[in-house]
Amino acid sequence: MTAATIIQSLASGLLMGLLYGLIAVGLALIFGLMDVTNFAHGEFLMLAMYVTFFLFAFFAIDPLLSAPLVAAAMFVFGAVIYLVIVRFAMRAKANIGMVQIFTTFGLAILMRGLAQFFFTPDYRSIPTSWLGGKTVSLGGIFLPVPQLVGALISLGAFGALFFFIKKTDFGRALEATREDAGAVALIGIDKNRVFALGWGLGAALVGLAGAVMAMFFYIYPDVGASFALIAYVTVALGGFGSVFGAFAGGIIVGLVEATTALILPPSLKSVGIYAVYLLVVFIRPRGLFGSI
Amino acid sequence: MDTSFAQRRRRDLIVAACLAAIATLVPLFVKDVYVQNIMVLTLMYAALSQSWNILGGYCGQISLGHALYFGLGAYTTTLLFTKFGVLPWFGMLGGGLISALIALALGYPCFRLRGHYFVIATIVIAEIAYLLFLNWDWAGAALGIDVPVRGDSWATFQFTRSKLPFYYFALVFCCVAWLVTWWLEDSKWGYWWRAVKDNPDAAESLGVVVFNSKMGAAAVSAFLTAIGGAFYAQFVSYIDPESVMSFHFSLLMALPAVLGGIGTLWGPVLGAVILIPLTELTRSFMGGSGRGVDLILYGAVIVLISLARPEGLIGLFSRRRKGVAR
Repeated sequence: MTAATIIQSLASGLLMGLLYGLIAVGLALIFGLMDVTNFAHGEFLMLAMYVTFFLFAFFAIDPLLSAPLVAAAMFVFGAVIYLVIVRFAMRAKANIGMVQIFTTFGLAILMRGLAQFFFTPDYRSIPTSWLGGKTVSLGGIFLPVPQLVGALISLGAFGALFFFIKKTDFGRALEATREDAGAVALIGIDKNRVFALGWGLGAALVGLAGAVMAMFFYIYPDVGASFALIAYVTVALGGFGSVFGAFAGGIIVGLVEATTALILPPSLKSVGIYAVYLLVVFIRPRGLFGSI
Repeated sequence: MDTSFAQRRRRDLIVAACLAAIATLVPLFVKDVYVQNIMVLTLMYAALSQSWNILGGYCGQISLGHALYFGLGAYTTTLLFTKFGVLPWFGMLGGGLISALIALALGYPCFRLRGHYFVIATIVIAEIAYLLFLNWDWAGAALGIDVPVRGDSWATFQFTRSKLPFYYFALVFCCVAWLVTWWLEDSKWGYWWRAVKDNPDAAESLGVVVFNSKMGAAAVSAFLTAIGGAFYAQFVSYIDPESVMSFHFSLLMALPAVLGGIGTLWGPVLGAVILIPLTELTRSFMGGSGRGVDLILYGAVIVLISLARPEGLIGLFSRRRKGVAR
């Protein structure tokens, strides 16, 4: 193992890590807003990847162009899921914690089943996107272009999100609702509307990630499952609810995965991520950046 | 303790005895192998879900990683039998003990975690074990292990011609899991668990040993789950990580309890009796192309039940069984 290989894999790990951050940030946003873990988050990603795929297959729209469309579609989807399902799960009188876990969990299973039924379990891919399969060399390190662009999109999305939360009315309403939903209602902010927009925003972010992922990853009904687990680890590492913890968590996960792949057989690369999750929560039960 | 609780417990016992007697006689009238197969699976999942319910329902620690213990039971039995010729009965017991010990070892760090952190930890731990078994050549890796045929007998717990012995074992297993739960409900632990579930901080302050009672629940739950895994390995006589340790099993163990009524004595049985035949029948009627239909069914059922009947289907019965009188 030479220094070049190590730098090479750390560089690709960093790129993947930024994408993991983008996949996970919607989850963190929703959790921070209303203390609900969306166990269907991976399936949101899967859906976004299929939407990207079908836009390409039927209308020949390149993933790079369709990304905003996918994000917009996912925004609507996320808001609808909140209004139709999650809103009612929050009203449960008994077992509220379990109801929330199992409602979104049931939604995940349902979406996976529907995808198998309508899209078949076949693996699909977008073979001829503009960026697909291209690499670029930076000082002797070869980087795949789709991942590189994905990482840039992720950085841009995090920047926009930061601006959005700090500078816009809705962003402030989001922060305020996160702080104290009861007080917010007193000053005339409709909690349900903020929650619906929060779900829309969370889904739009994972939609963006899905469009990027579709450029270089296979698309199949179970694709969300493995990424979802990584997303939970990412969010937990950052401390549930911390949007910028998800950013840091994503980078850590990407680097840990790349390092594990250097040491262990490739089929075990996820073990490193899972082990780091356990290690972190055993030492800090609220994640690295989570507040107690 | 008030008398209504004691009466309810006596009535539960009588109902259970009647149901068990009926279940014993059913195979005399049902000769169809396909139906018998579904009945075996239903009893097995009822027992597994009952075991899951001890930790997930009574103690309120939602585990979505019980496939780990199921797989450990299956692998211990099968490996001991194929590599060392140890009879499955000892393997079953050994698998149970190993699982209970591992549950204690894992519980030590995990029970500090709360809510989502705990759930994700259980998934992640089972996933690590799954990946390790997938890469463990001595244990068959991804190819899995065929249980060698040694002829039908109770000693080797192999029956190729008839499903009845498996049916009766599953019935006994189900009854044992039910009885253990029944007994625990009224034990010191049962009260502790409900206290821990309702409000761990208050329980702690009242002198309930929160940590130890969680550990006890985990050990009992894991032991019984591993027995189920060992049984399943004998029943299907072939195991690989996908078929005994995948996330699917963790889900299938939790579902009947969630559907029937989490943290209730009859919930897992009711849930399994509805869910397992429904899935098996859907699967065979929709044929191979209908892959995914079982998932659609599970998913829709979980969402609907969670929203409409958070206390489970058991809540539909007129007399509400609300655990213990508070």
